[in-house]
Order: sequence, then structure tokens, then C-alpha cells
Amino acid sequence: MVEALCVELELRKAELQEEVETIYFGGGTPSLLASEELAAIFETIYKHYKVSKNPEITLEANPDDLSEEKLKTFKSAGINRLSIGVQSFFEEDLQLMNRAHNEKEAFASIEMAQLFFENISIDLIYGIPGMTNERWLKNLEIAISLNVPHLSCYALTVEPKTALETFIKKGIVPEVEDGVAADHHKLLIAETSKAGYDNYEFSNFGKDGFYSKNNTAYWQGKPYLGIGPSAHGYNGKERSWNVSNNTIYIKKIREGELPLTKELLSINDRFNEYVMTGLRTKWGISMKRVETEFGSEYRKHIDNQSKNHINNGILKFDGDILKITAKGKFLSDGVASDLFFID
Amino acid sequence: MKNIRNFCIIAHIDHGKSTLADRLLDATGTVTSREKQDQLLDSMDLERERGITIKSHAIQMDYVHKGEKYTLNLIDTPGHVDFSYEVSRSIAACEGALLIVDAAQSIQAQTISNLYLALENDLTIIPVLNKVDLPSANIEEVTDDIVDLLGCDPEEVIPASAKTGVGIEEILTAIIDRVPPPKGDPNQSLQALIFDSVYNPFRGVETYFRVLNGEISKGQHIKFMATGKSYFADEVGTLKLKQVPKTVIKTGDVGYLITGIKEAKEVKVGDTITDSKNPTTNMVEGFEDVKPMVFAGIYPVDTEEYEELRNSMEKLQLNDASLVFQPESSAALGFGFRCGFLGMLHLEIIQERLEREFDMTVITTVPNVSYQAYTHKDPETPILVNNPSDLPEPSSLNRVEEPYIKATIITKSDFVGNVMSLCIEKRGEITNQTYLTTERVELSFDMPLAEIVFDFYDRLKTVSKGYASFDYSPIGLRTSQLVKVDVLLNGNIVDALSALLHKDNAYDIGKKMCEKLRQLIPRQQFDIPIQAAIGAKIISRETVKALRKDVTAKCYGGDISRKRKLLEKQKKGKKRMRQVGNVEIPQEAFMAVLKLND
Ligand SMILES: Nc1nc2c(ncn2[C@@H]2O[C@H](COP(=O)(O)OP(=O)(O)O)[C@@H](O)[C@H]2O)c(=O)[nH]1
Ligand SMILES: C[S@+](CC[C@H](N)C(=O)[O-])C[C@H]1O[C@@H](n2cnc3c(N)ncnc32)[C@H](O)[C@@H]1O
Ligand SMILES: [Mg+2]
Repeated sequence: MVEALCVELELRKAELQEEVETIYFGGGTPSLLASEELAAIFETIYKHYKVSKNPEITLEANPDDLSEEKLKTFKSAGINRLSIGVQSFFEEDLQLMNRAHNEKEAFASIEMAQLFFENISIDLIYGIPGMTNERWLKNLEIAISLNVPHLSCYALTVEPKTALETFIKKGIVPEVEDGVAADHHKLLIAETSKAGYDNYEFSNFGKDGFYSKNNTAYWQGKPYLGIGPSAHGYNGKERSWNVSNNTIYIKKIREGELPLTKELLSINDRFNEYVMTGLRTKWGISMKRVETEFGSEYRKHIDNQSKNHINNGILKFDGDILKITAKGKFLSDGVASDLFFID
Repeated sequence: MKNIRNFCIIAHIDHGKSTLADRLLDATGTVTSREKQDQLLDSMDLERERGITIKSHAIQMDYVHKGEKYTLNLIDTPGHVDFSYEVSRSIAACEGALLIVDAAQSIQAQTISNLYLALENDLTIIPVLNKVDLPSANIEEVTDDIVDLLGCDPEEVIPASAKTGVGIEEILTAIIDRVPPPKGDPNQSLQALIFDSVYNPFRGVETYFRVLNGEISKGQHIKFMATGKSYFADEVGTLKLKQVPKTVIKTGDVGYLITGIKEAKEVKVGDTITDSKNPTTNMVEGFEDVKPMVFAGIYPVDTEEYEELRNSMEKLQLNDASLVFQPESSAALGFGFRCGFLGMLHLEIIQERLEREFDMTVITTVPNVSYQAYTHKDPETPILVNNPSDLPEPSSLNRVEEPYIKATIITKSDFVGNVMSLCIEKRGEITNQTYLTTERVELSFDMPLAEIVFDFYDRLKTVSKGYASFDYSPIGLRTSQLVKVDVLLNGNIVDALSALLHKDNAYDIGKKMCEKLRQLIPRQQFDIPIQAAIGAKIISRETVKALRKDVTAKCYGGDISRKRKLLEKQKKGKKRMRQVGNVEIPQEAFMAVLKLND
């Protein structure tokens, strides 16, 4: 697999002219990579790409994969940020979501990681069946007291065809009510803001200097390359993604062929994505950018479509930046679709 | 004149009227095999699809019997209670009627109501037992039923099958032998009855008439007595499969007239045509200005299409004089029209024609009947209430009167209990119960018309497992306890969803309306409370739960395009919805209160 990744990196070197500012090892279990493998990947990257002076290099890991030794390896290989899939500090939640780690490992992994890394993010999930407001609050308090500088918090999505979905359908596990997730979200906003985190994107909370640069680039429509099975890339015009099947991926790469599917984004598609992601972030939608990148017709469209929402206190202008208000935060998807340009 | 026979076919719906008409046209050679298509007289696409005759039609057939040539004018009548006035005018234009009874289903409500109309007009009745080819045909029993009903000889009942052609020659012979030729005086001044009109976009309105006295010639200066308008008879002729222009249509005969009239409402069914210089003093009796029975608002889904909707409605009115409308505005829906219809079928037809023929997407609001309200201040002067918002404030209201009908239902004795419970639930009072046979019962009720508008037909079908037929006629206004039930979405009254209901039903229906709306309104980004209220009092409440989880899911790389596509789809869906306040309401929700028991 690592060999294939390196081949893909080489094959696609011409696609990215810009300086590489962030590198993200995510999806699956990159924490399983051996030190030589990591080294090989870095070597390939530095050989074929221009990498900036201080890149953000993140590795996604599950608590049960982390050991002091592993952490040392990561550090020496050049990783400078860790994203740990903690999900919850409570056994009940972890079991319900079928996670490999336990409550103890959740705590231990963070404390251990902090010996080597300062820039740490953890993922937490709320709106889990049976999760009370108190338990969710506890989760937040623990994360905050552990001094983790970045949190990503998502409401549980019950994916189709999962064991959880079956349990809920059969009534073994209670359904999650929207109201509960909404209450959790309120707690989340209140607690993180008290503790000095900035809610810079709907699900992301960072202390000063600890925003995820990599993810911010997605929301700002910057180009990125996705290497490996099912990885997505974007070059400013097209979105592309690799096959998800590992075997097919490796086979194709061996044959010197990129197992890519591409989708050309129309100007409307790009505009709609900008509107959608813009509303989710604290940077909002810049009218200047709309004018220069999409044209005055789109600018007018926004002016027309946003009027009602502005009157209702759901959107507001901050200079020439259109933003969702605190009141409108939960509605940002619906508002985005209202602002969409569709022919 | 002695060789003319004017007759109509009366039958309960689906007993085979249109099919039998087709066989008569075949047998008389009126249609060549090349022109043949099923249900020839049903010319509107909608009529063929729904299998019902909406407009009446007429056709002339030639038939040689015992060496003599006869002219047979068949006047087809509409087969739905919404159009009973047109049926009565068609019957008035004839001397005889074929009474068709389905051999499997026997006598039904419309068989009887149409028969009464025919007898009132002194028509000769020729009973025809149709569908004898069916394995389920009950030939002896149904013949007995007919004999009982008419008091005729069993030999007079003609067994026939419009499908196989059995009995068709016998029917034609009976028309000639039994139906009397028209009476009438050729020397009197012109007196002709208008029994139908058809809109032709190129030639203007075609008027179908039956000459009772005198005659009508091409070029004659004529007058319509009810409207008082005069015209030149630009063209007259007889109705074969195509129109055949003639110089004159004589006493007793049936024909068409073209005068260049461009609007259907100038030609009133039931009106009398006479000579303008030498007019008759006798208008044909029974003329009525047809009054709409059901009212509803029609609004464009897209507010910008108001003018287009007006144009479309005007065009529809050109060929459907029974459609009336006037502009109105709704706080929720903006500008639209309050429309009057002959009944619910008529309403559905208009809505469907707007969508099909004019490509309009419209919202139809909760239908209501026409009430008369009286205030304390002036308890003698009625205020017409065609829209829930016209009802005076409860405090100033003296009383309200609502239209009642006499409902006739024929069902099997097994279902009498069910039918009675239904009618009583619908505020009916039983006035008569007659056993037509040991198996079949005729029930009569006095009922509020409004109760029939709100899902009566479907319920009747269900409670009787299909074995009930129904007919009604208006019997005037009665004082009633009405309240206005409002629906609030997100705390705001949506006037287009308000309904006038009897006080005793208001709670139950209000609750069902909320439930139905909860099912129909898609979940949006926030909770939507749905409430039903009488005045300030909330009588029921439901909530459409917010659709939120999407926004709380992660949104990186590939998630972005998935999410964009989902939201694009949502945006497209909104185009068939109407935004009221900040709630998106789908088009069909406005009519949903009619189908509360689905
Ligand atoms: N088997 C059989 N079916 C018939 C006969 N006459 C009519 N039908 C069928 O009965 C249905 C209703 O007939 P139609 O002429 O439309 O009835 P209308 O509503 O009275 O005009 C149609 O499906 C016809 O094909 C008949 O003599 N025998
Ligand atoms: C790619 S995201 C992590 C991004 C990372 N937090 C960062 O900022 O770089 C993966 C996370 O999504 C969350 N997740 C995965 N499946 C989920 C589900 N069905 N419902 C809710 N959250 C889920 C989990 O918290 C998981 O760790
Ligand atoms: Mg028919």
C-alpha cells in the first residue's frame, strides 16, 4: 500500500504547483504506519513537491493505537499535530458506537500524547442514544480540563446499514430526538466559548493559533490533492476521488494508471459550495470575492435572496461579509440552499 | 316531423350509456369503421381518461325502418351529479329516454333521479337491461326490479349488450315505435331550447338547440330570451359526426347554431331562442341560472404568475360558462381568485385543465359552500359568505344559514346500518327509508351540502364496500351553528387553510387537519408548530420536527459535494412549494383537509 501511495504521489506531482502548506494523514488507521513507511512517504513528498517552511502535518489516530513508542516515531518523522478519535470519555457511549477503545484508553491516550505534542485535537460525538445532557457536559469538561487546544464535535449520524441503525429500528436502542442533539449543541457552544475556544467552523473549536489549517483550506476552496483509496482532491475546477477498494487501487497504480473519477464543477456548483461552506465558518461569504470570482449577477442574487433572512435575524452583514448569526447557526444548511444559484 | 325521434339515454354512471351510444352509431352507419373509437361522444381527453361524460353531446342518426327513413337525434347527458342541471335540459329536449340498467348492478341512485326527471318531462321510457353478456348478470331479478320501478310489462324491457351488440336492432325499433314524434307548430314563431353549447376556438361558441315551434333559418335575426341578446344565425345545421350546414332546421328537429359568440357565458343552457322581430311570448319553462355550489381560492404557486393565471382562467371560462371567478387576495398566498364550481368534480376538472392545457401550477384552497350570515345589527339582510374570511366576527353574528340537500342513497340492506351512521356523522337527518326489493334499500336524508364536499363519496364507498349509489338535490338554506377554524403555522394564521365547520365537528376536524398537515409539510430546519384554533382558542396542536442533523455532521473534502447536491435538491423541491412566512408548504397540503380519513 505504502509503495502505491508513493507511486501515486509521483504520478500526480504535476497537479500541484503551489507550495504544500498542510499534510493530513487521515481516514482508516494511519497510526498503524511503521516508522520506515512514514519516512518513505515523507521522502517522496519532499522529493516531488515544494513544501513550505512550517507545514501543518496532522495524523489521525484512534486512542487504542497510541503508545509512547508510536508517538516518538510520529514526532521524529515530522508529524506536528495529532487528531485523536476519542468520541467520548464514557464506556456506554463507546460501546454503543462499537469503538475499539475503552474509557481508560481515551484518557490515557491524551495524557500520553501531550508528552510529545502540543497541537492536539480530539473528536467528540454528541446526541448519542441514552446520552444525557449531564454526560455530554462532563465530556466537555474533561476535554477542557485536559487542556486540549482543539475540539471537533459532531452529532451522531446513524448511517444506513450499520448495526446501530438495526438496533434503533428494532427498538433495542432508543432513537435520538432532534431536540436532544440541539440541547447538546447549545451546551457545546456555551462551554467552549467560556473556556476560550473559538467556534471557527460549525463543528470545530480551537484556541488561538490552533485552528486546523488543513480543514480551513477545504472551506476556503483552496486546491488540495488526495492520495490513497477513496481520497478526494480538488484543483479549483474539478473534484476527483480515487476508488475506495484497496486491491483495485493498488492494482491500477501498479499499472501506472490513476484510479480516479472526476467531476467538473460548474460556476454555479463552485458558487454554491462557497456559500455553503462560507456560512458554516466564521469567515462568512465575502461579497468582494463573490464579485471577482463569480460576477455581479451572483452578487445581486445574494442580495435578493438574503433579504428575508437578514430581516429575520438569521443572516447579517459584517462590512461586506455575509455571516450566519448565532440564532441562525443551526439553520445554516437551509439558508445556504436558499442562497444557492440554480438554473 | 312524423319521422323525427328525439331521445336521450339515462343511466347510473358506468351502466353503459356511452358504450351503447357507440353501438347505435355503428348500427345506423353514422360512423364508418375508420372513424370508430371507443366512447365516441366523450370528446374531451379528460372524459375519455376518467371514463365519464362531463359535457353533454348530441348526434343525428339516419335509420330506415319498414322502408321509411327516420331521423334519430340522440342527446347524450352528463353522468355526474355536479352537472344535473345540464341533464335536466337535455331531457327537456327529448320525447323519449332509454333507461339503461346494468344487469349485474340493478337500479342505482342516478337511475332513479334521472328517471324522475324524465317522467316530470313526460318522456316515454324504454327500459334497457344492459350487459346481459356478463356472467354476473342477474337477468330475471333485475328485470323484475325494473318492472317494479316503472310499473311496465316485463316484455317491454329489452335485454341488450352494448358490448356484443345483442338487442341493438330491438332498441332502434322501439325508439321508432314507442317514442312519439315531436309535436309543435311549424307556423308559430320560433321557439327553440338551448340544451348545450360547445366552445370552438375558431368558430366561436356553437349552440345546440331543439326546435319546439317554428323553424330557424340561416341568416335569420334571432334573440336569446334570458340574456336578451340578438344575433344573426350565421350558420345552422345538423349534428352528424361532423356538422352538416343546412338552410333551415325545422320544427321538432335538433341542430347547431353559430353566431360568432366568443364567450361561453353568453350562451346559457336552458335559454330560449326566438325570432327577434316576431318573438314568441313563451319562454321554455325551467330555465335557471346555474349557481355554483362549491367555492375555493385558486392561486399561482409562483406569485409572479398571477396575470398568466388570470388569462388562463378567462380562456377556460370561454368554454365553461359554469366556472365563475373573481379576484381575491390572501395574506398567505397573495393574489389569486375565488372561484365557484358546480361541485367537487368540476373543481378537480378545472384544476386539472389549468395544469394540462395551460401549464399552470396552482394551489387550491380549502373548498367551502356558500353561506348566508346575518348580523345583530341587521338581522334581516343576508351577507353572502363564499370565503371563510367573509364570516362576520362571532360577537356581531346573529346567525348563519347553510345550504341543505336531499340525499338519496341506494344500498344493499346489509349496509343500511353503516350508511346511516355515516350520514348521521355528517349531520344528516333521515327522512325516508324504502325497501325497493328485499335486498335493496333507498334511504333519503336531509343533509348539509358542506358535508358532501368534505370526503363523503369516498367514505360512502368504503362503508358500503362499493354497494351504494348516491344522488342529491338542493332543498334550500337552514340555520346552523358554524365556526371558523383557523390553522396557524409557526404561530401565524394561514388564511388559505381556514375552514368553516359545524361547531360539533370543529374539534375533531381541527385535530385531523393538524395531523394531516404534519404528514404533508416536509421537515425544515426548525420546529414548525401546527395549531388549529377557533378565535383565540387553540383546539389542537402538532409539531413538524426540525431537520437538523445534517448541519451537525462533518463537512470536509468529499462531504462538501455530497452536501451541496443534497441542498440543491432541496432547493429544487421548494419550487413546487409555497413559502408562507418562513414555512414551505407543498401545493397539495391546501386541499388535504378534504382527505382527512386517508
Ligand atoms: N360486459 C359488458 N360491459 C359493458 C357493456 N356496456 C358497457 N360496458 C362496460 O362498462 C363500462 C362503463 O361503460 P360506459 O359506456 O362508459 O358507461 P357510462 O358511464 O354509462 O357512459 C365500460 O368499461 C364498458 O366497456 C356491456 O353490455 N357488457
Ligand atoms: C474526518 S473526521 C475527523 C477530522 C478531525 N477532527 C480534524 O479536525 O482533522 C472523522 C470523525 O468524524 C466523526 N464521525 C465519524 N462517523 C460519524 C458518525 N456516524 N456520526 C457522527 N460523527 C462521526 C468521528 O468523530 C471521527 O473521528
Ligand atoms: Mg359515459
